[in-house]
Amino acid sequence: MDRREFGITVMSPAAFVVAMFVVWEIACQALNVPLAILPAPSDVFGALWQYRAPILDNSWVTLWTTLAGFAIATAFGLLLGIAIGWHRAIYAGIYPVLVGFNSIPKVAVVPVLILWFGLGEIPAILTAFLISFFPIVVNVATGLATTEPELEDVLRALGASKLDIMRKVGIPRSLPYFFGSLKVAITLAFVGAVVSETVGSNKGIGKLMLDAQAAFQVPIVFAGLLVLAVLGILLYAATAAIEARFTGWAFRGQANR
Amino acid sequence: MAYGRGAAAVRAIDEITLGIAQGEFIAVVGPSGCGKSSLMRLISGLHPPLGGSLTVEGKAVTGPLKSVGMAFQNSNLLPWRNALDNVLLPLEIVQPYRGDFHKNKSRYSEKATELLHSVGLAGFTQKFPWELSGGMQQRASICRALIHEPEILLLDEPFGALDAFTREELWCALRDLQAERKVTVMLVTHDLREAVFLADTVYVMSSRPGRIVRRCDVPIARPRELEVTYTQAFQDIVHELRGLIGIKISG
Repeated sequence: MDRREFGITVMSPAAFVVAMFVVWEIACQALNVPLAILPAPSDVFGALWQYRAPILDNSWVTLWTTLAGFAIATAFGLLLGIAIGWHRAIYAGIYPVLVGFNSIPKVAVVPVLILWFGLGEIPAILTAFLISFFPIVVNVATGLATTEPELEDVLRALGASKLDIMRKVGIPRSLPYFFGSLKVAITLAFVGAVVSETVGSNKGIGKLMLDAQAAFQVPIVFAGLLVLAVLGILLYAATAAIEARFTGWAFRGQANR
Repeated sequence: MAYGRGAAAVRAIDEITLGIAQGEFIAVVGPSGCGKSSLMRLISGLHPPLGGSLTVEGKAVTGPLKSVGMAFQNSNLLPWRNALDNVLLPLEIVQPYRGDFHKNKSRYSEKATELLHSVGLAGFTQKFPWELSGGMQQRASICRALIHEPEILLLDEPFGALDAFTREELWCALRDLQAERKVTVMLVTHDLREAVFLADTVYVMSSRPGRIVRRCDVPIARPRELEVTYTQAFQDIVHELRGLIGIKISG
């Protein structure tokens, strides 16, 4: 990475974040905003440090429930996507149900999950899963459906079976779509886990914020939001890195820029 | 063979008998839409015949043949594989190579590398398709069609998308490959110079329904240099073929 590249990819977002906090701090001080409405960054970071032990503890729960739900969504989404892309009949049969299911706000499902599995991590994991598998399915199926027939012809002329064509052309061809959808799915899984914690649970950042709000500990609420934002960025960056590693061929233009 | 259904069906090909001897290079020429490509798809088995029968080497064709290698107008290289891995693809599909592909991968890679070298792609084996020029992609595509040592190489306008100079370069590459390996080749093209320069026998097709209107042996001795395309004898053959196609269009 040369200096100019470093300036653009590291320094400019860092500068923007710092500037944002500075403006926020100055605005709070100058306008004398009450702590209970909007705490200044100094208060938020103060709370973050003071309550670091419970925040870390609860962040860990949110993180692993998110990742567990995301993992299930990835496996399930990939399989269902391949099944839907395999044959038009499967596509026609499953797709309307899938769309209908996806339209149900997942907040409405959480109470049912709690009813079935009780308070704890399982409803959070399942909510994360339910909310995040849909984009994976749709993208994998789209990738398969848009495979160039000419590429398939190359294999068909060799006498390849449908399974061969799927393995050698269909699946590699839809990997960029798959990894692209993972970036969306990880963010959604995270939202799902936190929503579930907020509706009913005994641990997690969502629960922590709910308790802090009830006790009018507004700086802790904002500390929670800050942690969520940072975790979200980290999860997104990790998925994007995996994507770049596996589907470099689809992003050839950017390598030369 | 017909496309479409009922009254709207287009009869693309009528009775055609083609004889190809082992090691022979034939070319099929004809106006656009005369069913050249359909004929090739029939022979390869990509398209089942609707009426009549199709036999290759005395056997009825029901599905894609194992013993053909195909190259198309677009190179159709898989963009996530480098040139070498693209050439290796048929070996991962076709028996008997498929069975011992993993065991003998290094030997097969060597064979593919050698093939790529012979068409002038030494040093490009690790390049991805988008890092290759159109001509290079097409060379790699022909290598891919040959790697599993098919009994017949089917080329469907393989040089149609290339510029004139690259095309002539590839004619020579194909000529040398064929001379060296004694493969049987069927080339479908609408470039008459290409057909006459490369083939032993040229078949001229008419359009709708497609049928063979003339079989023409090319009496020019091998090996042929590009210079041959400027001789009177060569021009005469091309001119005669052009005349055949011209009559069929206006008539």
